[in-house]
Amino acid sequence: MEPLILYPEKAPFHVAKALEEFGYPFTPISLIARVSSLEPSEGWSGAIVCADQSLEDAFFVCRHLRTKERQITPLLLVIERSMLDKLELREDLFDDFVTLPLDTKEFHVRLQRLFFRTGRGLVQEVIEYGPLKINLETYQATVASRALDLTYMEYQLLTFLASHPGRVFDRETLLSRVWGYEYYGGARTVDVHVRRLRAKLGEQHESMIETVRSVGYRFGRHQR
Amino acid sequence: MESSSEKSSKIGYVLKTVEERKVNFIQLWFSDILGTPKSFQITPAELENALQDGMTFDGSAIDGFSRIQESDVIALPDPTTFTLMPSDPSVASVFCDIYNLDLTPFEGCPRNTLRRALDRAHKLGYTFFAAPEIEYFYFDTHIKDGPVPLDNGSYFELTVANLPSQIRKKTVLALEDMGIPVEYSQHEDAPSQHEIDLRYTDALSMADNVMTARVIIKEIAAAHGILASFMPKPISGVQGSGMHTHFSLFKGNSNAFYDEEDPYQLSEVARRFIAGVLHNAPAMTAITNQWVNSYKRLVVGYEAPTYVSWAQNNRSALVRVPKPKSNNPDSTRFEYRAIDPGVNPYLGFAAILGAGLDGIENGYELPSEVQENLYKLSPEEVEKYGILSLPGNLDEAVKEMERSTLMREILGEHVFEWFIRNKRDEWSGYKTHVSQFEIDRYLERL
Repeated sequence: MEPLILYPEKAPFHVAKALEEFGYPFTPISLIARVSSLEPSEGWSGAIVCADQSLEDAFFVCRHLRTKERQITPLLLVIERSMLDKLELREDLFDDFVTLPLDTKEFHVRLQRLFFRTGRGLVQEVIEYGPLKINLETYQATVASRALDLTYMEYQLLTFLASHPGRVFDRETLLSRVWGYEYYGGARTVDVHVRRLRAKLGEQHESMIETVRSVGYRFGRHQR
Repeated sequence: MESSSEKSSKIGYVLKTVEERKVNFIQLWFSDILGTPKSFQITPAELENALQDGMTFDGSAIDGFSRIQESDVIALPDPTTFTLMPSDPSVASVFCDIYNLDLTPFEGCPRNTLRRALDRAHKLGYTFFAAPEIEYFYFDTHIKDGPVPLDNGSYFELTVANLPSQIRKKTVLALEDMGIPVEYSQHEDAPSQHEIDLRYTDALSMADNVMTARVIIKEIAAAHGILASFMPKPISGVQGSGMHTHFSLFKGNSNAFYDEEDPYQLSEVARRFIAGVLHNAPAMTAITNQWVNSYKRLVVGYEAPTYVSWAQNNRSALVRVPKPKSNNPDSTRFEYRAIDPGVNPYLGFAAILGAGLDGIENGYELPSEVQENLYKLSPEEVEKYGILSLPGNLDEAVKEMERSTLMREILGEHVFEWFIRNKRDEWSGYKTHVSQFEIDRYLERL
């Protein structure tokens, strides 16, 4: 992953520390000119702009990053809680925000979400894993170029699993992340859907979804 | 409540699939109170609107949908049920929930009835699963002289490589393509009788699946010039068609019916639930066996139940509790054997769930298992065991049902009242009919 811009160089300690902990590479920058001179060849992955010292400066930086020829997204604004009302009509300048004092857990989740949804170069339109291809734009999945007729929930489950290859999920987690809590099925439903997905993937590819005994399921570990 | 992004994602999925897969028509499916599938067709141009706001239609022509003041209702598609039709992928189907114009759930919609029952179970932490075994006959389409079977095969028969068995195979593949997994399919006991067992899933999806399966079974047969019939007892003297259904209750990850310690491996929840089902069985038989003809199947000698009893392994019992596979506690379940394939699955499953929950909530005790072949017992012996009988005909069944406040509560006032009225009409039509049986027997002799 290419580094993120962290503005300004003297960003709040917890912000820099959290980025280090989460493993996001970043480059602290205060001078706007350096955004171009330090720009990696693949472009910046995004920017964290802290407004704790000057809100106006932060907005200025945001506007600059937004209007650059090579637009920088996602853009996360870090702002004092007391300044929230100043964000009115500024929605165009940033993709999301977190408030100070920083809740590192929230910070992490927001970053993940930003990179999942709008991350530059990380904008996922297609998930590919070996012979499996899921087009998130058109909701169509194919395996070895064969179209899969999936129901909505089968599609959601496959997409969720394929977005997190190698990770083991228990049934409760899958149920709450894929189905939401309102569903009638209960955890057993996950098994029913996994079985159906495997059947649709076909004998050759059904091992893409692996049962992890007495835990749940893992996607991947399939010869790619 | 469902979030708006969830809703738009579901709608997006349906719209994009219609576009990508070049679907030309979308059938909106729903069920009337008797479980007859109803549908109307829309084009992709109308689809987005339909998914967002539903389609308004005049419900007065649908059995059980008419009301005094207002006949318009709204059919709102449930996008999670969207599926392409295997016979023609340019056609897709989607099940609908019916709403009133003020967007409250319509009381006459059977899918809503089942949802309500499932909500109740959900509040107690339970999820309810069903796995039906659908039996039916293939007949010649010329039915003027009665049903003509197409083969003389019997149970599990492998040698008859005839058309009906091939049609059954095609049907199974079509169901699988639609996301309805089939566990087994086989030739059944009677000539031309077949069975398709669906793999368990949650009761709402399963009720949808039963509706779909019945349509697909009939459609594929019709495409081959054959009649598929779910009539419970089409031919006297041979077995009728049942829809034995296996039910289980889960709490989170584990089967709430399972208890390792118990000699039957049945938990207290299971015992109470089954006790509730037995206790309420006579009152819900009008729902699980809703036609005059249903009661011609529920007679002694054809592996159909006539008495209210349970056993681990007794083909004459109403409820059978198969021994769970020793390595798989999750397979703990009971089989309800009265229900027939003419049932409205939404109402049938709702009644059985409601009856079971009644058993849990009121702490009913499970009577002891009856292993004797009930068909061989005399009425005195049956009485000695304290065994109740199932209603002997639709009239008795409706009277039993009418007395049950529980059934009224499960079905809701609208469905309950309409159902009773409709079934009384059916009975009075039957009662005044002079049958061939009587002509043959009495015309000359008397």
